[in-house]
Amino acid sequence: MSSLTSVVPKLYQEYITKTPKKLKIIDAYLLYVFLTAVIQFVYCCLVGTFPFNSFLSGFISTVSSFVLGVCLRLQVNPENKNEFQGLSAERGFADFIFAHLVLHLVVINFIG
Amino acid sequence: MPASSVEKPLNSPNKGLFNNTAGFSTLITVTVLLLAWLAGFASRLFAVIRFESIIHEFDPWFNYRSTAYMVQHGFYNFLNWFDERAWYPLGRIVGGTVYPGLMITSGTIHWILHTLNIPIHIRDICVFLAPVFSGLTAIATYLLTSELWSRGAGLFAACFIAIVPGYSSRSVAGSYDNEGIAIFALQFTYYLWLKSVKSGSVFWSVCTALSYFYMVSAWGGYVFIINLIPLHVFVLLIMGRFSQRLFVSYTVFYIIGLLLSMQIPFVGFQPIRTSEHMAASGVFALLMAIGALKYLHSLNPKGQWKQLLILGGLLAAAAVFIAVVLLTYMGVIAPWSGRFYSLWDTGYAKIHIPIIASVSEHQPTTWSSFFFDLHVLVCTFPVGLWYCIKNINDERVFVALYALSAVYFAGVMVRLMLTLTPVVCVLAGIAFSILLDLVLREDELPIPQTESEESKSLYDKAGKLKKRAHEPTLPTDNTGLGMNVRSGILIAFMILLMLFSVHCTWATSNAYSSPSIVLASYGNDGSRKILDDFREAYGWLSQNTAEDARVMSWWDYGYQIAGMGNRTTLVDNNTWNNSHIALVGKAMASNESAAYEIMTMLDVDYVLVIFGGAIGYSGDDINKFIWMVRIAEGEHPKDIHEADYFTERGEYRVDSEASKTMLNCLMYKLSYYRYDSGGSPPGYDRTRGALPGNRGFKLTYLEEAYTTEHWLVRIYRVKKPDEFNRPRIPLAKRIISTTNAVSKKTSKRRKGLLKNKPTLVKGKKVSRLE
Repeated sequence: MSSLTSVVPKLYQEYITKTPKKLKIIDAYLLYVFLTAVIQFVYCCLVGTFPFNSFLSGFISTVSSFVLGVCLRLQVNPENKNEFQGLSAERGFADFIFAHLVLHLVVINFIG
Repeated sequence: MPASSVEKPLNSPNKGLFNNTAGFSTLITVTVLLLAWLAGFASRLFAVIRFESIIHEFDPWFNYRSTAYMVQHGFYNFLNWFDERAWYPLGRIVGGTVYPGLMITSGTIHWILHTLNIPIHIRDICVFLAPVFSGLTAIATYLLTSELWSRGAGLFAACFIAIVPGYSSRSVAGSYDNEGIAIFALQFTYYLWLKSVKSGSVFWSVCTALSYFYMVSAWGGYVFIINLIPLHVFVLLIMGRFSQRLFVSYTVFYIIGLLLSMQIPFVGFQPIRTSEHMAASGVFALLMAIGALKYLHSLNPKGQWKQLLILGGLLAAAAVFIAVVLLTYMGVIAPWSGRFYSLWDTGYAKIHIPIIASVSEHQPTTWSSFFFDLHVLVCTFPVGLWYCIKNINDERVFVALYALSAVYFAGVMVRLMLTLTPVVCVLAGIAFSILLDLVLREDELPIPQTESEESKSLYDKAGKLKKRAHEPTLPTDNTGLGMNVRSGILIAFMILLMLFSVHCTWATSNAYSSPSIVLASYGNDGSRKILDDFREAYGWLSQNTAEDARVMSWWDYGYQIAGMGNRTTLVDNNTWNNSHIALVGKAMASNESAAYEIMTMLDVDYVLVIFGGAIGYSGDDINKFIWMVRIAEGEHPKDIHEADYFTERGEYRVDSEASKTMLNCLMYKLSYYRYDSGGSPPGYDRTRGALPGNRGFKLTYLEEAYTTEHWLVRIYRVKKPDEFNRPRIPLAKRIISTTNAVSKKTSKRRKGLLKNKPTLVKGKKVSRLE
């Protein structure tokens, strides 16, 4: 337990120093999306799931935004160059937009 | 993808086609694929050539009917269509209980062709849809296999799947069913999945999800995809092959595929509510957890993360598993449905769901049918599998899992042979390609070129090819295999492939090309006789009965009656309501008076039975009758007992030794009523080889309305209550006695006159009314 408490500030320190600024922006976005998802979930627990499709589409849209954001972050990260060969950051961003187009078309259809 | 591969040769520079190997091999690829498409299309046309352009069997009739409805009334009306002609008196919400992909596909083709001013009838589109899609399946299989192994193997696989009977059994012209387009969607989804795992690109993942969406809209078999892909991911995780590419491709595919699959009304919220889909979300959660831990690990690689990582992964997996189990117990998630239980426990359906067990295509597969459907591929695909496992990588794990699970499912149900066929073709293609590689290795020609040449000519001109395949080996003879051994192997394989294509054509032509609503019989001199009794009967129904007449029949014929006869049915092939079917089964299994009660309760006007005794047609109602009894017994155990329908020795017979219940039940009577045809003693039943035990009886509650030429379909009219059981009165007593009657002319109380109307007497003043 003590090791865990000592490790957290260390991790934070590492994060602050090592992470490029671009990725920090994405991280901020991810945090925002994550909080939105949490708020939706709490709201749904308190009020009920009545228009279930609306709840689902809202919740899933945040989850997928989060997932897509994470994917973009992975692809943009210069450390992962070897992992994603042939995928430039620009390509990653174009894919990100394409996925969002598909996603939100469906969400709007589903939200009712 | 076909478009892009077609364009390539056009773009390639023209300077010496034969010097440009890339251009040359692309040309060969395109040619082979086109030929495969053509051959696949052509081999599926037997039914059209022998009979006519007609929709086959049972389910296709419903698909055709709803497609025609959609084309006529538009897409939104189709989605909201309430069909009052099915499941009388319940009706059926068609839009919400159907996988609309098939109808939308052919509706779109119809619309495009009509926009181009090609006035084709929707029926022809429906008939030829499956053969056209078989070509697309071949292309998708080519792509999948080239992703897994090499392009040469891909060409082999494409050629195999184009003609293999296991697939053409469900996609001959006229067999307008979901499977026809679903196998294409299946293969294409798998191709895109492998592509996205390989590249780790979001784009390919989204394409996978879109293709998955098409599959969901087309066939219930999409559950196979949504379980196989998570299984692949899970196995990769266990093997320690986690990568960020895997993370990207799976998470994106899952979340977008989940949302897309819920857009189909029939699927609805099932992807988050039923156990069949839970594996996918469990793996999603697991992958997220592992991804997070990996990220933390990457921040501080020096810490003791290794144990934490494994522990965290295990904890996450356990948490997901427990959560799913708990939710299932609480009833939030529906447990496995019966149809899935029957996949694990082959005896389950027989005991609990007779209606599933009663369908012949749900029986376990026999060894001979494996060979019949796949021929030489069934022996060679383990070779391909072995090579895949030997040279394992992320994609080959997938194909190994695909093969193993599909083999299992195909063994459980004949019908699922369809999911095995594509992977067998892929693996056999790999096996053949490796073999040719081995035999032709020392050639001076580059390998891919000869390889594709092989597969091209293999295609259907195997005879010519022997020489050509031979020639390259001539000039060089050296180290490895001896020259004679090589040519021996080569010739043996060419003969094998030739036999395969002969077998495929034969099987498709003889076993799978019968429309089953038009029968053909062959005389001793080879002359062909068409028995068109089904359409005769349905035509009679549509011409001679009231528009809203209700026709009772066993559920097999529901779709056909609705599609061809255009009359209301009680039960049909969409077997969603077991108790309704059991009621019909009970009516068929009871004696006449008990059946009449049920029939009046259900407002039945006509009863239709199929009787094959006169021509020896074995798929008739008497042979299916024992299933009607079983299904009826399941719902009405007090009234129907299966044992009553067997003889004391437990035999199922119809002759004079049959049990009394059997001889007096409605189905028996309707089949044999007035029957005097069928060979030497008149009234001989040729299907069961017996003389019926109960003959010359009269029907009280029904009367024969129509019997087709070969006695195949018999239609009876249910009498109204005032038409039967009236005691016969001698002529003398029929005069109505008039003793108590009062003459209307002399009586003051005549009809049509007011009471107390003042009577008029001459010479007197009219008295007023008080």
